[in-house]
Amino acid sequence: MAEAARVQAPSAQSRDATIVLQAEGLERSFGGVRAVDSMGFTLREGSITGLIGPNGAGKSTVFNLVTGVIKPQAGTVRLFGEDISRLPTYERARRGMIRTFQLSREFGGLTVLENLMLSPQQQLGEKLVPLFSAQRRVHEAEQAVYARALEVMEISRLGDLRDEYASNLSGGQKKLLELARTLMIDCSVILLDEPGAGVNPALMTTLREMILELNKDHGKTFLIVEHDMDLIAALCDPVIVMTEGRHLLEAGFDEIRKDKRVIEAYLGGAHDG
Amino acid sequence: MSAYLISMATYVGFFMILAIALNLQWGMTGMVNFGIAGFYALGAYSSGLLTVKAGWPVGFAMPAAAVVGIAAGALVALLSIRLREDFLAIVTLGFGELIRLIALNEDEITEGPRGLKIDARPFADMFDRTTYPIVYLAMVLAVVALAFFIAERIRRSPMGRSLRAIREDDVVAEVLGKNVLRHRVQVFAIGAGFMGAAGALYAHYVQNISPEVFMPMVAIFIWMSVIVGGAGNNWGLLLGAGIVMAILEGSRFMGDFIDFLDAEKLSAIRVILIGVLLIIILRVRPRGLMPEPRFRYGRSPGGGSSTADAQS
Repeated sequence: MAEAARVQAPSAQSRDATIVLQAEGLERSFGGVRAVDSMGFTLREGSITGLIGPNGAGKSTVFNLVTGVIKPQAGTVRLFGEDISRLPTYERARRGMIRTFQLSREFGGLTVLENLMLSPQQQLGEKLVPLFSAQRRVHEAEQAVYARALEVMEISRLGDLRDEYASNLSGGQKKLLELARTLMIDCSVILLDEPGAGVNPALMTTLREMILELNKDHGKTFLIVEHDMDLIAALCDPVIVMTEGRHLLEAGFDEIRKDKRVIEAYLGGAHDG
Repeated sequence: MSAYLISMATYVGFFMILAIALNLQWGMTGMVNFGIAGFYALGAYSSGLLTVKAGWPVGFAMPAAAVVGIAAGALVALLSIRLREDFLAIVTLGFGELIRLIALNEDEITEGPRGLKIDARPFADMFDRTTYPIVYLAMVLAVVALAFFIAERIRRSPMGRSLRAIREDDVVAEVLGKNVLRHRVQVFAIGAGFMGAAGALYAHYVQNISPEVFMPMVAIFIWMSVIVGGAGNNWGLLLGAGIVMAILEGSRFMGDFIDFLDAEKLSAIRVILIGVLLIIILRVRPRGLMPEPRFRYGRSPGGGSSTADAQS
């Protein structure tokens, strides 16, 4: 109630304009386990926000809830102030929010180039009628997508692999391809689920450069789940810490590193470091 | 003998239309359909009943059968939206049996096991009895060509690319903003429309349809055609349909050479042969005789064609 009023209040408009994504009171249980428990966070426009926490803290579930892959039992998600909680996943994507997956989910039976060309949304040639009635315009649109794909392959250094089936790529290349796919899309918020997992150091540099370039030059907002603290330290500010499905704290990386609660959360009672 | 060949070619045509439809649904989009016989029967009975009982001219009844197929396909797809692959298999199998059992038991309408006798044939009065089979074959092949054209246009388009993405991973396709449901329903409906049209062509060809023709076995033969030919490849399935029909029909003549085979043993052997063929193909060429081609887009720098230039 108070939330709705706040969004509508004209004085608050300008302040909210900088918030691109806002989640509140997200809840989700699996069986008896509370994976996510009254979790909330906000993403400020142009930020690269980190989301860290020990294994099982519910980070990936938060991604699933925000993108609608899993439906929350409670809570709301707002994208640019619009309540998207009830929209299907593809509608959320069309409003400018794209994600990647913890385990790369490339389209293995499609080539690298096809994975990229697939990504732009609402292509004319994806609709049945224009396919038969407006072939010339479909062809022109396809040319534009192709040209864009060539640029993206340049940026992501995937050009040599353009006609390779995505299933044949290495783990790191798949991560790169997933990120490159988001470059094809006219989106404003990108959620990355462990982009650095299984990526060798050389590719890691490319990956990091790509994220920074997208953020600085293209103004994309990022939310990054990552276990590699070097990557978090290099890219993210602020960093949100989650534990046991809850929002623990949000601060700069240096501050978080010293915080007792964070150290405790990571070490838990198990002392297995 | 040549009359026999023409008849066989006509049957291959029916198979090809069904196989093109299944390739669209399963080969390209990953939607399992074990209810092919049901959509085939629905088309046959729709067109048959519309001419016999409702007195429609055959020129309207046959296209209507395709429309009925489209509607039934859309309905089945919508009813099973939340269902994953294995459930869709059961739902379609159930649908196929449902249609067959209705045709069998609602005998006041469908004539049940007695068979529905259909006199109407398209363009029948314009040709004499000897040339008509050739005309009919030409009509069937025209529908094959039309179905092939539609399926191939879709396959080479951005829509085809989305369909293959859905086949690979529907969750990611949705996350990338693809309306997975719309694509699935459309494709399933188009495929079912083709199957309905094939059924109508069959009905007015044999002029006597009865439920036992539409056993689930029909689906198996069509699956064979697509798997043997190469899922995802429209040219391959034309070949596959030809091969499966050649084995089904060719094995008839084994009785002429091997005397101890009676009709019963022969019909069992035909099915065994098909099974053996499938095993061999899957061992030697797991992706079929003509696998799905890899898509390569315009290589030439500085323009040229960037439409999918598919080659193996």
